[in-house]
Amino acid sequence: MKEMTYREMGLSDREYEMIIDILGREPNYLELGMFSVMWSEHCGYKNSRPLLKNFPVEGPQVIQGPGENAGVIDIEDGQALVFKIESHNHPSAIEPYQGAATGVGGIVRDIFTMGARPIASLNSLRFGELDDEQVKQLFTGVVAGIGDYGNCLGIPTVGGEVYFNPAYQGNPLVNAMCVGLVNKDEIAYAVAGEIGSPLMLVGARTGRDGIHGATFASEELSEASKEKRPSVQVGDPFMEKLLIEACLELIKEDLVAGMQDLGAAGLTSSIAEAASKKGRGVRVDVSLVPRRETGMTPYEIMLSESQERMLVVPQPGNEKRIAGIFDKWGLDATVIGEVTGDGMFAVYEGGELAGSVPVAALTEGCPVYVREAEEPPYYKACRSFDIDSLAEADPAGVLLKLMASPNIASKRWVYTQYDHQVMTNTVVLPGAADAAVLRVRGSQKGIALSTDCNGRMVYLDPYQGGMMAVCEGARNLACVGARPLALTNCLNFGNPENPHIYWQMREAIRGMADAARFLGTPVVSGNVSLYNETVDGAIFPTPVVGMAGLLKDIDQRCQMAFQSPGDYIVLLGSIGTELGGSEYLYVCHGLETGKVPEVNLEEEKNLIELLLRLAEEGLIKSCHDISEGGLAAAVAECGIKGQIGFNIDMDFQGERKDKILFSEAPSRAVASLEKEKLPLLNAMAAKYGVKVSLLGSTGGEQMIFKNAGIEFINLPVELVTRTWEEAIECHMI
Amino acid sequence: MKFGVVVFPGSNCDADCYHVIKDVMQQEVKYIWHKETGLDDFDALILPGGFSYGDYLRTGAIARFSPIMPAVIDFADRGGLVIGICNGFQILLEAGLLPGAMLRNRSLKFICRPVYLKTRRIDTPFSNKLGQDQVIKIPVAHGEGNYFCDEKTLKSLKDNRQIVFTYCTEDGQGLPEANPNGSLENIAGICNLKGNVLGMMPHPERCAEDLLGGRDGYYIFDSMLQWLKEAGR
Repeated sequence: MKEMTYREMGLSDREYEMIIDILGREPNYLELGMFSVMWSEHCGYKNSRPLLKNFPVEGPQVIQGPGENAGVIDIEDGQALVFKIESHNHPSAIEPYQGAATGVGGIVRDIFTMGARPIASLNSLRFGELDDEQVKQLFTGVVAGIGDYGNCLGIPTVGGEVYFNPAYQGNPLVNAMCVGLVNKDEIAYAVAGEIGSPLMLVGARTGRDGIHGATFASEELSEASKEKRPSVQVGDPFMEKLLIEACLELIKEDLVAGMQDLGAAGLTSSIAEAASKKGRGVRVDVSLVPRRETGMTPYEIMLSESQERMLVVPQPGNEKRIAGIFDKWGLDATVIGEVTGDGMFAVYEGGELAGSVPVAALTEGCPVYVREAEEPPYYKACRSFDIDSLAEADPAGVLLKLMASPNIASKRWVYTQYDHQVMTNTVVLPGAADAAVLRVRGSQKGIALSTDCNGRMVYLDPYQGGMMAVCEGARNLACVGARPLALTNCLNFGNPENPHIYWQMREAIRGMADAARFLGTPVVSGNVSLYNETVDGAIFPTPVVGMAGLLKDIDQRCQMAFQSPGDYIVLLGSIGTELGGSEYLYVCHGLETGKVPEVNLEEEKNLIELLLRLAEEGLIKSCHDISEGGLAAAVAECGIKGQIGFNIDMDFQGERKDKILFSEAPSRAVASLEKEKLPLLNAMAAKYGVKVSLLGSTGGEQMIFKNAGIEFINLPVELVTRTWEEAIECHMI
Repeated sequence: MKFGVVVFPGSNCDADCYHVIKDVMQQEVKYIWHKETGLDDFDALILPGGFSYGDYLRTGAIARFSPIMPAVIDFADRGGLVIGICNGFQILLEAGLLPGAMLRNRSLKFICRPVYLKTRRIDTPFSNKLGQDQVIKIPVAHGEGNYFCDEKTLKSLKDNRQIVFTYCTEDGQGLPEANPNGSLENIAGICNLKGNVLGMMPHPERCAEDLLGGRDGYYIFDSMLQWLKEAGR
């Protein structure tokens, strides 16, 4: 194997000098490799850590914030939810099937490492335009990879989102979220155990796959990236399923002091993370590591990212019982080293010392950079775009075009490839509401989950867009009747060394932090993926929000489908008119510009509180938040889901129809209710300071829109349904 | 009544079946680890869905060699009720308890969605609570549910009325578009000659409670209970 230079490993000259200072000598090749993966953005967060400090991370519901394998929140009755979202963008770009599959595997391990039974997966995906053959291949491979892995594990994939935009051409985003359920007194934390405790490696054998995966994930994609295909790991979901069952059994029986999964940077990272918890050291003998290939060097063994492996630190005296449980599940567990007290990470090959570095230097020692930020010129240019300079198109044609846009159209092609019902807890199925809802057996409780981010909005205005992502997540949960409790995020950006990108990061994080703080939904876990760029430039800044919430009574859940004819349809929130960043501008005018609608956090919070109250009182029969495609698309979706037409009659008072119908202004939802209940709704909305506009009523087989009595859209429900349901499938044939 | 749920490494609907029998049907139920070689005094066995042994090689192909399988075959031979759901169906085929084989879905994709089934036969232990030709809605979730057998086997399946469920439209028509996986003659579930072993691709345990959006699956388990009660009388 040709040796890499430190620059090829992604270290700067300055960082290399730091390593020499720490060691008091030149590092050998193994040590250099260990530093380079631990000091990569992926493991060390060196470009993002100062910005991440802005997130609110505390609240009465928070049991564990950032810093562990996943965040933990209290859902009462002695139970807790464990959740996190993580990226697998770079691997998926060059090997979509395995890249996506192992992304699921990695996030699932983070959850059961905490002692939680994984109960649901979600994913947030971004691709280039769907008419491109390469994009179709990526899309097909990623969805199949997520499906095959999660389906085999028997963890339902209950929700998520998919967007298509040229900004992601060549650099797709694959963010996987997993949620677990655990009894509060059974949460497992990463600890190193006592001095002399053995380190057991369990699961798959170690191969040469994935070496320098973390480094690869921390650089831009290029033509040469394809050569990094060996950096992509290969998944074995069956092995992972056995690991889940065996590890949860160990925790139930209270046999382990600590557990750590092997993810990015493999043994190096998991051992360092585990040892750093108590300032301990470790002594590892790589010759004891079971391998699937011959002739592997200590460097390759320590940096391998072979999947489905766990590091277990037994409680003293329990080694035999642990071995018995692994044997039951047909897994090999091998002692590969022990915990020491000297703070050094010592790697041996048999009797020979192969490398030795201070544990703390690998973890806390990772350099941190505050980069230069500069507002990019496009920001002001886009804000000053004059929407009124555009001609207004035929609204009926626009609506059909929007419903056929892959960003709005049904994601049936995706979610029917995911087993979303295994475990028999999925109460609100994919596509039926703004968030997935799962029951918690043995209680009346329900858990609601969603992922959200509109990358275009974040691009046009990172601060507003960051707020929007958090607000939409919280609103989606409120629409199903669940109180949003906390969030996890996956911050996907371009190269932070570019001041314009760093500015996007800084502003988006500021927006997210402000909204999360205001709405009382702290950030409990997350992941950063930078260098999402190809030769054509950076992706849209895409800070994905995974929101988790709770319904006290699952029978109070609300879905988007209109339930019966003869109900009123109301808009909750202001009538928006801003078209900046809208799907309408993109689909119908080919424009991604404009001043994005501004978030008013007070209004958002009021709406959320009102929605929760309405669900509790059972006042509304359906609810759907307004996002891509605006008011018109939202109402149409409610009609499609319920297979009921409607008659919307508004007074536009001279305002352009496209502005009112297709604005994506935040803090709004469409609801339906029995006619007699309108006064009650009005009274309640007034109490919460939320505007209510009566839009019309449900019924018939046509989707009708009128302006002060004059009809201007009249489309059969059946036609709109087909257009919306089959749009993605038509692309994929 | 006492049910046993066989757990293979990689089974993932075992807990769902257990839950339905215990909490919904209110019956006694025990897990049976695949390494066991004998069976307690069970009244019925469930081979659950999942990916036994990762479904490597071929679905169900390795599970049939599990230590528990001779006991399962013996139980079936003695007339015990055995229901194989999804991967359980695939294992029953591989073990020779039911005829035929599974191919990959026509679409070559995993498919998870509700389907409509026509009840073709109601004098079995698994369908006696349903009406003749009754249409029920039950979800499928599989990548290899494309049932296939040779002409001779198909003829004997028909002659002996072994086809219990077929895919159909909501109004009961056996059209090709109602078939999620391309199975022969829209076959969704078959039984053995004696009628005491059923294999079906759809998951009745996923729709045995109103909260999960439907109760049609309940009647399959309820049929089993009814049959056992009558047999015991």
